[in-house]
Amino acid sequence: MGEHLIKLPDVGEGVAEAELVEWMVEIGANVREDDVLAAVMTDKATVEIPSPVEGKIVWQGGNIGDVLAVGSPLIRLEVDGEGNVKPGAAPVEAAPKVKAEESLAPKAKPAPKQEQKAKPAPPKAAAPVQNGAAPRAEGEKPIAPPAVRKRAAESGVDLRRVIGSGPAGRITHEDLDAYFENGGASMRSGGGLVRNTTVTDIPVIGMRRKIAEKMAIAKSRIPHITYVEEVDVTALEDLRKQLNESHSVSRAKLTILPFLMRAMVKAIADQPIVNAIYDDEAGIIHQHGGCHIGVAAQTPGGLMVPVVRHAEARDIWDCAEEVSRLSEAAKSGSAARDELSGSTITITSLGALGGIVTTPVINHPEVAIVGINKMQVLPKWDGQEFRPRKVMNLSSSFDHRVVDGWNAAVFIQRIKTLLENPAMIFID
Amino acid sequence: MAIIECKVLVVGAGPGGYVAAIRAGQLGLDTVIVEAKAHGGTCLNVGCIPSKALIHAADEFEKATHFARASPLGIKAAKPTIDLKQTVAWKDAIVNRLTTGVGGLLKKNKVKSVSGWATFVDGKTVEVKTDKGVEVIRAEKVIIATGSAPVELPFLPFGGNVISSTEALNLGAPPKSLVVVGAGYIGLEMGIAFAKLGSKVTVVEALKNILPLYDKEMTRPVAKKLKNLGVDVLLGAKAKGLAKGGKGLEIETADGKAETIAADKILVTVGRAPLTQGWGRENLVLDMDGKFVKIDDQCRTSMNGIYAIGDVTGEPMLAHRAMAQGEMVAEIIAGENRSWDKVAIAAICFTDPEIVSAGLSPDEAKDAGYDIITKSFPFSANGRAMTMEAEDGFIRIVARKDNHLVLGIQAVGGGVAELSASFGLALEMGARLEDIAGTIHAHPTQGEAFHEASLRTLGHALHI
Repeated sequence: MGEHLIKLPDVGEGVAEAELVEWMVEIGANVREDDVLAAVMTDKATVEIPSPVEGKIVWQGGNIGDVLAVGSPLIRLEVDGEGNVKPGAAPVEAAPKVKAEESLAPKAKPAPKQEQKAKPAPPKAAAPVQNGAAPRAEGEKPIAPPAVRKRAAESGVDLRRVIGSGPAGRITHEDLDAYFENGGASMRSGGGLVRNTTVTDIPVIGMRRKIAEKMAIAKSRIPHITYVEEVDVTALEDLRKQLNESHSVSRAKLTILPFLMRAMVKAIADQPIVNAIYDDEAGIIHQHGGCHIGVAAQTPGGLMVPVVRHAEARDIWDCAEEVSRLSEAAKSGSAARDELSGSTITITSLGALGGIVTTPVINHPEVAIVGINKMQVLPKWDGQEFRPRKVMNLSSSFDHRVVDGWNAAVFIQRIKTLLENPAMIFID
Repeated sequence: MAIIECKVLVVGAGPGGYVAAIRAGQLGLDTVIVEAKAHGGTCLNVGCIPSKALIHAADEFEKATHFARASPLGIKAAKPTIDLKQTVAWKDAIVNRLTTGVGGLLKKNKVKSVSGWATFVDGKTVEVKTDKGVEVIRAEKVIIATGSAPVELPFLPFGGNVISSTEALNLGAPPKSLVVVGAGYIGLEMGIAFAKLGSKVTVVEALKNILPLYDKEMTRPVAKKLKNLGVDVLLGAKAKGLAKGGKGLEIETADGKAETIAADKILVTVGRAPLTQGWGRENLVLDMDGKFVKIDDQCRTSMNGIYAIGDVTGEPMLAHRAMAQGEMVAEIIAGENRSWDKVAIAAICFTDPEIVSAGLSPDEAKDAGYDIITKSFPFSANGRAMTMEAEDGFIRIVARKDNHLVLGIQAVGGGVAELSASFGLALEMGARLEDIAGTIHAHPTQGEAFHEASLRTLGHALHI
């Protein structure tokens, strides 16, 4: 019998730390080679750590939510034969967790809970448990001791109608008394509405923490200027409809996104400052020649930003296919790390929920984000009469430290002109 | 031909039937119970009780054998012998006391017992072949409690050296070699007992695991004990038929090889089937649920006034389920508002070590869509277990993560069957982990492991 120590492997280029998001095994569990032990999350990709050996888990190097440095002890297994840890070697120190001060920005990140023990850390007290008379979920079986069940049955009371005030919603004799006193109604405030006093504590870990951190950095560091303009997309919509009809079988369906991307590429050529990464600590703006357009996507885990690389070198169909491929990958969790990073400017769209105006938050350290709002048919005065026009707002934010209001306005006006006259998108 | 008229007729006097009849009698219902054999059914006559008697004898014999060798306890004794005939007689005396007791209880509660084989003529009438001739019984309400019987393998019919659990309980001497076909709880209970009595036991199981109804964590201590007892367990092996001469079993091993295992007796325990033939079911119009009689949550069948309880109505085929059903049906017939509202029916394997499972296992709970927390506490960290040389095994609790409602409790270990009482109570009372954690469990007992398992599930076990 020996012990085999597995350290947190290098899970991605330039990654110094990773957050433990899931233990797939428990202490005492037997694992075979290639069984997944844990999942860790770096920047934006989740990586599963497989076991290189067969054995029994005897020690775990952290709790879910802990941030571990690459190379720190992750898990110990008891294996047949010699392990890779010498018997009698000093007990493993708890994984050196990356402290807030050492971690990447922002500095204000709360330090993960520390358990400086060589023994497996005991699980923390369970999450707060709802006491009191929380209403049962629809269709859930009532919980009642046999004596209460019997009394209810004898009185012809369906326990599903009785609210339990006991632990875990257990129905007590007193609850039945109250039910009878109220003439066959549980203690409810009028209209069958019940006060819900539950508080659910959701740990902000994993992807949610990453999102929270990014948003906090963006809003605390970047003075945003938001500029909203209305775009008449009637012509664009006609063109889009035609293209989709004529290529319905052979090609990807076009949304408004690829047109906007191509328009942005053209507008960036005139206002290159908006397509940049601002390293404010070094005082350098990395203005990129290539347009790597991030497209904010809602996934089951939260907001993700897959990146369409080199949009300047892609035609409209290519952009459409890439967007669709990436958003599927992001939603299914199969997007690679480098598909989720490296954007130089970002598009955000809430789709049909788009609202009339948004104040998009810049995808730090970029300097500009373009938001698409809801398209609607509105009456517009053409000088002689009102005509129904398809109209859509673009709400865009810029880093006002490096993008002046004038540049921002010119950039958006250029996009507006291109989108209102879509032929210009295709003519150089 | 005598005609008996009554309010309630119970067909079958096993644990379900006799309890239904006693309760009906208590409630003042004019009740008749029909049974062809002794009162008590499979359970009292050829099942639970006699097998436990044999298992107890085997345990005592094993202890003595232990003392004849070196025992860490410092006890030395001469090599024991066993007169199995006397053991069987002792067992029969217990069975006799119990079955006679049931007869007495029926009588005390004014239940009329008719001895003979009942056949349904219609939904209200049965004919009973008694010693004195055919009696006809007409009843307003009928409770079918015909039970179940061991499944016979067509290529290995009972007879000669091929025996069921019934015959295994009445052997004159432990067979020199015994092959058990089927590693369910009955097969292992008997197999372990005979191994302790000195038989060379081989268990043949077609599936990949022993006790397939339980998870590996729970069966591991039993597998370990089987090994210690020198029982060969052939998993993935199929019984093929009796060897020529009847002194062995032909099998196909897991890797497809044909082999013959020499055996003086071949015990076939491949399950039990509901007894749905031979009592005139064809004269009724009963909806079936697979091979079982279909019932609702009041044990009503598809025919008005006909109820069914016990093994004939489905899994789990357990005496205590049948008893609870019987009690309930009698009360329903008496006009009380009852329906099946039990949270758990604990199941026990009287193997060595014993296994108890009440409520949901972790896997079952997950399959049912619960977000769970579960932890176990090993007997190796329990003082009382150490003093009884019963350190193998554990108690495990499964609870809902959100409100800590206990969903299931499992235990493996020496004598844990008795703990099933508190497990069942906890589940029926709707206990949360905190209720068990907040109950003082007397020291030193194995029950402390129950307390500790709940503490451990809550994240703060004291003694580990």
